[in-house]
Amino acid sequence: MALFASLSERLNHIFSKLTKRGKLTELEIRTAMREVRIALLEADVNIRVAKDFIATVSEKAVGQQVLASLNPAQQVIKIVNDELIALMGSGNAKLEVSPKPPTVIMMCGLQGAGKTTMCAKLAVLLKKQGKKPLLVACDIYRPAAIDQLKVVGGKAGAEVFEKGTQAPPKTAKQAVEYANRMGFDTVVIDTAGRLHIDEKLMLELEEIKKEVTVHEILLTVDAMTGQDAVNVAETFNSRLGITGVILTKLDGDTRGGACLSIKAVTGKPIKFIGVGEKITDLEPFYPDRMASRILGMGDVLSLIEKAQEAVSEQQAKELERKMRENSFTLTDYLSQFDMLKKMGGANALLNMLPGAGKLKVKEGDVDERRIERIKAMILSMTQRERDNPQIINYSRKQRIAAGSGTTIQEVNQLLKQFEQTKELMKRMRGGKGKMRMPF
Amino acid sequence: MSFFGKIKDALKKTKDNVSTKLRQLFLKNKLGDAFYDELEEILISSDVGVTTAEDVVEQVKEEAIGNKIKDEQFVTDLLKDILEDTLNEAPVPELKYPCVMMFVGVNGVGKTTTIGKVANWFVRQKKTVTVAAADTFRAAAIDQLNVWADRAKVKIVKHEEGSDPSAVVFDAVSSAKARNTDVLLIDTAGRLHVKENLMKELEKMDRVVQREFPEAAFYKYLVLDATTGQNAVSQARVFDEAVELDGIVLTKLDGTAKGGFVFSLCGELKIPVVFAGVGEKIDDLELFDAEQFVEGFF
Repeated sequence: MALFASLSERLNHIFSKLTKRGKLTELEIRTAMREVRIALLEADVNIRVAKDFIATVSEKAVGQQVLASLNPAQQVIKIVNDELIALMGSGNAKLEVSPKPPTVIMMCGLQGAGKTTMCAKLAVLLKKQGKKPLLVACDIYRPAAIDQLKVVGGKAGAEVFEKGTQAPPKTAKQAVEYANRMGFDTVVIDTAGRLHIDEKLMLELEEIKKEVTVHEILLTVDAMTGQDAVNVAETFNSRLGITGVILTKLDGDTRGGACLSIKAVTGKPIKFIGVGEKITDLEPFYPDRMASRILGMGDVLSLIEKAQEAVSEQQAKELERKMRENSFTLTDYLSQFDMLKKMGGANALLNMLPGAGKLKVKEGDVDERRIERIKAMILSMTQRERDNPQIINYSRKQRIAAGSGTTIQEVNQLLKQFEQTKELMKRMRGGKGKMRMPF
Repeated sequence: MSFFGKIKDALKKTKDNVSTKLRQLFLKNKLGDAFYDELEEILISSDVGVTTAEDVVEQVKEEAIGNKIKDEQFVTDLLKDILEDTLNEAPVPELKYPCVMMFVGVNGVGKTTTIGKVANWFVRQKKTVTVAAADTFRAAAIDQLNVWADRAKVKIVKHEEGSDPSAVVFDAVSSAKARNTDVLLIDTAGRLHVKENLMKELEKMDRVVQREFPEAAFYKYLVLDATTGQNAVSQARVFDEAVELDGIVLTKLDGTAKGGFVFSLCGELKIPVVFAGVGEKIDDLELFDAEQFVEGFF
C-alpha cells in the first residue's frame, strides 16, 4: 500500500496548481478522473465497471459548483464518494424472513470464500434476534467439511443437521422437514465451494433450489477477489438468482473493490461483512464506509459514528460549557480517557484514521497501559486536588505517586500534560467557538 | 497429458477469451493509441496490476514504434517475451533433499489441499514424505489433512486441535529425522498478513525448523489464490518480510481467474512461482512453467 500515494493526496497534488474557484471544468475533471481510475483499479474494481462508473461521474461533475468549504480536489472526491455510495446501495439490507417458517437460507460461493465459518456467524446473529437456526451440512466433497460445520455450529450453539455424503438436495429436503417438525424457524444450508464454471456442482445447487423453497441465496465472496469477481457474481446470479452478497475477510488490508464490481453486475444488496475469525465477527454492510475504503480514504465515517456512540449528547454539552468557561478539571480529563476506551481504545481509533494504514501503526505504539497509569494517578488524587491541580505540592505528589504505584516524575508529567491540554482548549475555543471533539 | 498440459488446459478458457479479443484488436491493425489502451485493459482485467500493465504496454509500444512494426503476430510475441522475461527474473532453484517445505498463506487459499497434492507429487517421484498438521486453529483442519495424507499414502504428524503449532513442527521434524524422510511438508493455519501476533507465531515455527533441522533444505512457500486481486502483492510482501519466502504456489487456476499479479511478484519481489494448482483432484498439480503460463494467457 505504501507504494501508492492515496487518491486524496494525488488529487490534492494535481489541484494544488489550480487555485481558482468556481465551476469544475472538463479538463480538471478529466485530469482528476485519470487518478480516480487508477485508484479504483488498484482497489480491484473491475475495469469495465470502473470505466462505466467514471463515465457517469464525469458527466455529473462537469459544471458543478465547487462548494465554498471545499477545494476542487475535495469536490471531486465528494462527487466520486457520493456516487460510490449510491451505487453500492442505500442503507443496509436485512435478512429475508418467510411469513411461514422455516425461512431457508442457502449459502453459495467459490472454494475458500468462508461459507462454513459464515454459517456459524449467521447462526450467532439469528440467535441474537431470538431465532432458532438449524445448520445443514451440504458440503459432501471437501474432506472434513461436515466436521468443521459441526465444530463451528457447536461454538455458535446451533444444531447441525447432516446425512454424511448423501446427495445434498435430498439432505436439504430432509433438513427442512426436520426443522418443521422440531420448530426451527430458520434453516441455513452450507454448500460445497465450487468454481462457477463447474457445471456438475452448479446443477446441484439448482437441484437444492428445486427441492426446497429457498428464501435467501447468499453469495459469499472473499473481499480480496480481483477482476474475476464479475464473472463469479454474474454466473452465480444468472444460474441461481442470488438475493444478496456477503463479503468476507474484510479484516485484512484489501481495498475491496470487488464489492463495487459485484454490486454493479448483479444489482443485489451486500448484506453483511465478515471482519474476523471469531464467530461474532459479523457486521452489517455500510456503503459509505466501503466507499471510503475503496478510495483509500480511511474509515472517517465510522470514526465519527463511534465517537457519537461513546460521547452522549449531554456529556458533549457539558464539556462544551466547561471549555467555554475554561473550567476543565482533572475529573473531566479522566472521563475523556474513559470515552476513549469506549471508542475501542486509542489504537482502534488510530487505525480508522485516514493515512494511518500507511503509517503502519503497530499494536502497542500507543501505549494503552500508559493511559491506565494516568487514570490511576488521577484516581489517587482528592476531589480538591482534581479541581485545583495548582495546590498539588511535593508532598501531595509523593502521596499520589505512592497511591497509584507510579513515580513523582510521572505525576509531574501528567500535570504538565493537563496544563497543555487546557491551553490547547483555550486556543480552540478562541478559534472556532463550537468544539465537539476535544481530543 | 503432457507435463504442463494441465496448466495450459486450465488457462484455455482464458486463452479463448483473450485471443479472440486480441485478434479483434490486431485485425483493426492501426496500432494507434486506442489499440495500446485496449492491450493494457486486457492485462488489467487479468489482474496484472495497473502500474505493471502500463509499464509492459509502454515497452511493447516503444519497441513496435521504433521498429515500425504493424504485424499482429510480432507484437503478440513481443508482449509474451516481455511477460515471460518478467517471470524468469525469479528462477526456481533446484530442490535439495532432505527438505522441509512450509506452506503459508491467508485463509481459504487452499493450503491443505495443496499439501495433499504436493505430497502425492513427491510420492510419484519416489520420495518419502511426512506431513505435519500445524494448522491447529481451524475447526477440522487436522481431519482434512488426515484425509489427504491417507489418499497420498504418507505419514502424518498431528496433535490435538488448539495445541501449539510449533510443538507439532518440533515433533514432525524429529519424526522426519528419525525416519530419514526425504520431504517434510508443514501445513499452517490460514492467517491474514495484517494480524501481527499470528505472523509472530509463524516466525516461531520458522525458527523451530531452522534450529532443529539445519541439515535440511528449508523452503517456505506462499499459497496464493488465483482469484485474488492486487492484495496478493501485499500478502507476498508481508509474508516475505516475516519468513523470507522461497516460492509461490498458485491455486485455483482452473477457474476463469488468471492470476496476473504474479508478474508483480516475480518482477518486484523476485519470488518464483513453483507449483500451480489446476483442479480439485490429487493429481491436479503441476510444476509452474513460465512459457506455458504466458502461452496460455493469450
